[in-house]
Amino acid sequence: MVVTEPDKSLIRVVTCGSVDDGKSTLLGRMLAETDSLPVDIVEAARFTRRTGSAVPVGEIDYSLVTDGLEAERDQGITIDVAYRHLYLPSGRRAVLADAPGHEQYTRNMAVAASTADVAILLADAMRGTRTQTHRHLAVCALMGVRHIVLAVNKMDGVDWDRTIYDTITAEVRESAARHDVHDVISVPVSALTGVNVTSRATEIDWYDGPCMLEALDDLAVTSPVAQPFRMPVQIVLRSADFRGYGGLVAAGTVAVGSKVKVADSAQTAVVTRLLALHGEDSIELDAVPAGMSAAIELDRDLDITRGDLLASADDAPVPADRFSAELVWLGEEPLAHGRSYTLRSGPIDVPATVTAVRHRLDVTSGAELAARTLGMNDVGRVEFATGRAVPLEPYRDCHDTGGFLLCDRVTGDTVAAGLTRFSLRRSANVVQHDFTIDRAARQALNGHDGKVLWFTGLSGSGKSTVANEVARTLHGLGIRSYVLDGDSVRHGLSKDLGFTPEDRAENVRRVAEVARLMLDAGIVVLVSLVSPFRSDRRAARSLFEEDDFVEIFVDTPLEVCIQRDPKGLYAKAADGSLPNMSGVGQDYEPPTHADLVLDGQRSPSENAGDVLTAVGLA
Amino acid sequence: MSTTHAQIVEGRALADLEAEAIWVMRETAAAFARPVLLYSIGKDSTVLLHLARKAFHPGPIPFPVMHIDTGWKFREMIAFRDATAARLGLDLRIATNQRGRDEGVTPFTHGTQEYTRIMKTVALREGLDAGGFDVAIGGSRRDEEKSRAKERIFSLRESGHRWEPRKQRPEFWHTVNSSLVGGQTMRAFPISNWTELDVWRYVAAEELDVVPLYFSAPRPVVEREGVLVMVDDDRLPLAPGEVPEIREVRFRTLGCYPLTGGVTSPAYTVDELIAELQVNNMSERSGRLIDGEGSGSMERKKVEGYF
Repeated sequence: MVVTEPDKSLIRVVTCGSVDDGKSTLLGRMLAETDSLPVDIVEAARFTRRTGSAVPVGEIDYSLVTDGLEAERDQGITIDVAYRHLYLPSGRRAVLADAPGHEQYTRNMAVAASTADVAILLADAMRGTRTQTHRHLAVCALMGVRHIVLAVNKMDGVDWDRTIYDTITAEVRESAARHDVHDVISVPVSALTGVNVTSRATEIDWYDGPCMLEALDDLAVTSPVAQPFRMPVQIVLRSADFRGYGGLVAAGTVAVGSKVKVADSAQTAVVTRLLALHGEDSIELDAVPAGMSAAIELDRDLDITRGDLLASADDAPVPADRFSAELVWLGEEPLAHGRSYTLRSGPIDVPATVTAVRHRLDVTSGAELAARTLGMNDVGRVEFATGRAVPLEPYRDCHDTGGFLLCDRVTGDTVAAGLTRFSLRRSANVVQHDFTIDRAARQALNGHDGKVLWFTGLSGSGKSTVANEVARTLHGLGIRSYVLDGDSVRHGLSKDLGFTPEDRAENVRRVAEVARLMLDAGIVVLVSLVSPFRSDRRAARSLFEEDDFVEIFVDTPLEVCIQRDPKGLYAKAADGSLPNMSGVGQDYEPPTHADLVLDGQRSPSENAGDVLTAVGLA
Repeated sequence: MSTTHAQIVEGRALADLEAEAIWVMRETAAAFARPVLLYSIGKDSTVLLHLARKAFHPGPIPFPVMHIDTGWKFREMIAFRDATAARLGLDLRIATNQRGRDEGVTPFTHGTQEYTRIMKTVALREGLDAGGFDVAIGGSRRDEEKSRAKERIFSLRESGHRWEPRKQRPEFWHTVNSSLVGGQTMRAFPISNWTELDVWRYVAAEELDVVPLYFSAPRPVVEREGVLVMVDDDRLPLAPGEVPEIREVRFRTLGCYPLTGGVTSPAYTVDELIAELQVNNMSERSGRLIDGEGSGSMERKKVEGYF
């Protein structure tokens, strides 16, 4: 598609208001009276009726033309965002994202607002502004909507009383200004009777402003074309004689001859070709502006992959691994401190951990409330760390490179939408010049602390089973772990050792030292080792800080272990071929001060759960 | 006041829609393991295929293309499909519910709903499972039907391809949550925000070939309950006294021929067709017998795994 008319771009509109403000009726009327709906749909709305409808059969019940799902028609509510086309008088087209009004679906409101240029906000003249009105306004402002068209609806119900209209308008303007939104156009309407919706009202002597449709059509929406060039690389494109990068231009314009670079690299390159397919012809474009998809060829190989950000060479963002952001919490489970989520921003995919909750925002009053976590529909300010440096930019500068999602690693659900405020430090510089890389730095990169969990118990007690179960859960949480298993150590590191008390002591010492190195690497180490003697275990513990070492006794009666005998060792001990078997030929000294004692006859998952709770990882 | 579609000039709007669709195509190919493009031969699929070519140009389309063949498609559709696959060198997979065919499931014997469930929904589910595809690209549009107005661009399907409206993930900006757990799969709809008219304008702008059935021509039809059904082959059972007559008809949507109603129309070219659409503003699926069994039937089919 070759762009010829840049002024006719789509205008994206979010429509929001409290339940019963009459939104469906207003939208239905706007769509129907602009011929934006198929005639058979409109005709059907003359004769279909749902319970409680006050519209006489034969007249169009406009609220019906925008209802979608059966579940919604049954309940007479809107439960999900619906997208519709509205044709404006100037020939411009609006895509309306219709967001539901009631509180539990505020997340959909945020979705609809995230891509909107303008919000249609409804208020009910008979009831005044309500908590939801301000809440929706706040969410729109937060998501970057800069223009508001306020529809003061049901004006016929208050005899077109100017004082009421002025009060509501003033309240909304004041609320908007608090959120730094200054373009509010207020329109008095009656969606039910159709006054001032698609044509100017003649019956209101005190109002000479635009009708709803004109208010929308008159909006001048700025595009991000004037900003520095940004394109998140989605995919590397290859053919016999082409290697290039595919993506959607998020800001600015890229042209043949543009100097570009990958955000965190010093190397720059020059754009040589911008390829496109038009009909059956391969064509070369001179430039690709923001909002368009591009295929960019460079004059040299910069080792670019999916997730990299191509930016103009003289104004590229500096990647960082610590950020301040606003979060809109969407998940049913509240935000968990220290838990690792997957952060996604365009093609970026990186582990991230919320390190601090600064406050929760009372979206109605704008007050910043003390908070330790965020629950569903909460908006709050947090700090977070990413597993590697990423080029997130302030959301207000560019939505595509500043907005992100947090996804639960186990359920896959999207649990939060985030809006980057700024980076807290420039990780690249800090790491390279300002400090040595120590355990704290590595833990920060991992997004969690390291720890040593030392499982002791008889052979067959279930140590390794529990340790592996713990490791599986940790992996799901994005926590780096390693199971240091007695059996595998015996095949390599300690293959020169036997099972005499002296050799066992040396084996425990080696394993403890390896665990110490791994802890220094910032990993959660799960040691699964019989380690039968108290003195050896005490020596191992002495290598660590108190908080770093957790001794876990897997307490399973010897008879049970003998019965299980997974490796056939007890059988060998019984026929005398394994004289140093712990619990048989050699003592096993149970811990007297273990940090945690597990009943080895319970299920591994129950025990793993206890371990995770005890060490504060679940 | 009344603005009709005819007055609207929107070159940039179409370019915006194209850019979004290319973004979806690339994201689907890059963020998922085994994508497949569902190709139903119609105008939407034609546009979809062209957008896929654009997205990866000058490279090839990096995923296979699957057609759910019920065995009752118009013959011209099958010919067009095979010619297109050959011309573009597509990795074309054809999925048919062979068990259904063997058991003699036809639109006439099992009723349209049951026929559609067995020959389309089940065939689709089995075809996706057999290929191990974790994401399927489809040509659904939000303007087609009420329940589709609420559809995501990336629509999550639970295990067994079930669509759960309440479990859909919120979509923000150009960021897709591509996580799939516990048998979940994804459907991707690059032309979600297009209208029927957009599709035709795009066909015209890019000079794309479509199945000739979209344009009027003398065709043998019988009229049933106001719907013109084409007698595409001798498998269509005729009622006593029912005689096919030749009429100038075209088809607004293409599906299984016994279930697709034709319209009498003087539109012989894309431009004439666009002009006609601008005047005749009936919803697109009004000619489809498949949906006419109560509003909400599409929603129920989607819950079962239909597109």
